[in-house]
Amino acid sequence: MAELHVELVAADRQVWSGEASLVVARTSSGDIGVMPGHQPLLGVLESGPVTIRTTGESGDGTVVAAVHGGFISFADNKLSLLAEIAELSDEIDVQRAERALERAKSEADAAAERRADVRLRAVAGVH
Amino acid sequence: MGAKLRVYKRRIRSVTATKKITKAMEMIAASRIVKAQRQVAASTPYASELTRAVTAVATGSNTNHALTTEVENPTRAAILLITSDRGLAGGYSSNAIKAAEQLTERLKAEGKEVDAYIVGRKGVSYYGFRERKVVDSWTGFTDSPTYADAKAVAAPLIEAVQRDTAEGGVDELHIVFTEFVSMMTQTPVDDRLLPLSLDAKSGEDEEAASKTELLPLFDFEPSAEDVLDALLPRYVESRIYNALLQAAASKHAATRRAMKSATDNAEELIKSLSRLANAARQAEITQEISEIVGGASALADATAGSD
Repeated sequence: MAELHVELVAADRQVWSGEASLVVARTSSGDIGVMPGHQPLLGVLESGPVTIRTTGESGDGTVVAAVHGGFISFADNKLSLLAEIAELSDEIDVQRAERALERAKSEADAAAERRADVRLRAVAGVH
Repeated sequence: MGAKLRVYKRRIRSVTATKKITKAMEMIAASRIVKAQRQVAASTPYASELTRAVTAVATGSNTNHALTTEVENPTRAAILLITSDRGLAGGYSSNAIKAAEQLTERLKAEGKEVDAYIVGRKGVSYYGFRERKVVDSWTGFTDSPTYADAKAVAAPLIEAVQRDTAEGGVDELHIVFTEFVSMMTQTPVDDRLLPLSLDAKSGEDEEAASKTELLPLFDFEPSAEDVLDALLPRYVESRIYNALLQAAASKHAATRRAMKSATDNAEELIKSLSRLANAARQAEITQEISEIVGGASALADATAGSD
């Protein structure tokens, strides 16, 4: 099966890299799914969960990450997800995110609420 | 103990204490270099991917963006100078300042006004002492900068570049920082961040540039302008972040070297002071012996005389 190489990098570290058969991310004009052989693409990411369906060496499975702002670029069967902040779902501290969500709601901080919400949804695996 | 010997002993004690301190600082700096280098390495994937993307957009689209096009008659330029908060690093900060001064001279000779933005207390106090105008300055994070710090530094710079020149905006953005070449070599460099110079970039990573040139046209989501709008500030932030990290690594390397030579000097000083102290002690003993001998012979002469 065809596969594409994915690099998920945050500003200060490489978060995940490996082979995948499908990557779904949220751009500013809606969700976009990239499969191997997609045409060269460069898009602006919204804050949202990114779902990577892994294959090959990484094993069949799904990797979900919470991504806050950044870019998606695809060329030569190589997909780069650049984010200022990116966390894999198993790195996210659920309790902390829930607390942050509560706090953001009470302070009516829309941006913080969205960040916390994205984290929680990434953990739950809901896109 | 003689007065001279006591003075030497006291100085040896004080130099030994200083040596212990500089030795400790050398070790701390050495361990921090490794950490700073690791941070530089960790930020590299993001920076290189971003550079690749910027190159792709800049070469693959005909959009004229404010941040990529050169103004015909640039009248004002911004310089971001990165120094350190603390001294004890040899010529680290003054070398960076010197490079910034040279760049300022050059830009002024080209007929541009220069706006100074400064990171680090050393640079701020240099400009403050000479009563030069500083548009904005940041201190307190030069030892271990985070991406949030880089964002804070980049925000007013990007804003200044986007503003109209007549209203106090700038046409060019330069950055002066100390590049970490190796443990032994750190060189101050100046770099033009904006407008993007594609020649310079293709020289930087020629392979990537030639590869992207062969790429088919990118599909932009939502549009080329919007992507560039979002991409360039991130590019500037990531370049500044990289510069801050390299500057931090250079600072630690410079501290290590300065402290190593201070330790060596202290050792040298202790050696020569011990020699002097030994000579003083020997002189004292010789004097005491000659006093005893002199006394004894005087006594002998006296008893011989009375016989």
